[in-house]
Amino acid sequence: MANTIFLIAAAIMLVAMIIAFFRIIQGPDLGDRIVALDAMTIMALSAIAFLAHYLGRSIYLDVALVYGLISFLGVVAVARHMERGL
Amino acid sequence: MEVLAIVGSFVSLLGALFLLLAAIGIIRMPDTYNRMQTGTKATTLGSMLFFVGIALAHPSWWTKLLILTVFIFLTNPLSSHVLARALHFIGKSPLVESYGGPSVRDDLAFDEAQALMPAEDSRQMGKGDSV
Repeated sequence: MANTIFLIAAAIMLVAMIIAFFRIIQGPDLGDRIVALDAMTIMALSAIAFLAHYLGRSIYLDVALVYGLISFLGVVAVARHMERGL
Repeated sequence: MEVLAIVGSFVSLLGALFLLLAAIGIIRMPDTYNRMQTGTKATTLGSMLFFVGIALAHPSWWTKLLILTVFIFLTNPLSSHVLARALHFIGKSPLVESYGGPSVRDDLAFDEAQALMPAEDSRQMGKGDSV
């Protein structure tokens, strides 16, 4: 039963990622796109944690941590680029 | 242990619902700043609930999940703040014409205007609207 509910949660998260991707496609400018990308990377972080649960390997949580570090750095870099150029 | 896994799965389902609400808010909100506030607050709470749910399902992984949760809790508001600051300084307008007027108060622009004013003018300006 617990695995079924985890699968339902992962399906909801996949739908959320697809909905956020529409904003990346139709965002009017760079600010909207980077906001949607920030939300989407957090959802992908949760998806990697779900994958660690589903496959039973805790090493994927390290992958999620490194992915979160790199996505945070990317958002800060794009914000810096919007503000005054790198 | 089975009960703990079921409780953890329900907590994860709640977190996934918060992530879905964040995505719907990103699509539905009329303004970049509104999209930013729904896209960072709701994803912070949703992903933290998801990690707590996985930590309930796998109690031996609690150290890595605690590190991930603290990391999300620290860096997600920080990235949202950096984005909002950059959007303000490139002159992104918070006005929404289709909703019949301004939707937010721009307090940072108000403070900057107040710092440029003389003292008696700024006291009069504090009573008015900041748009």
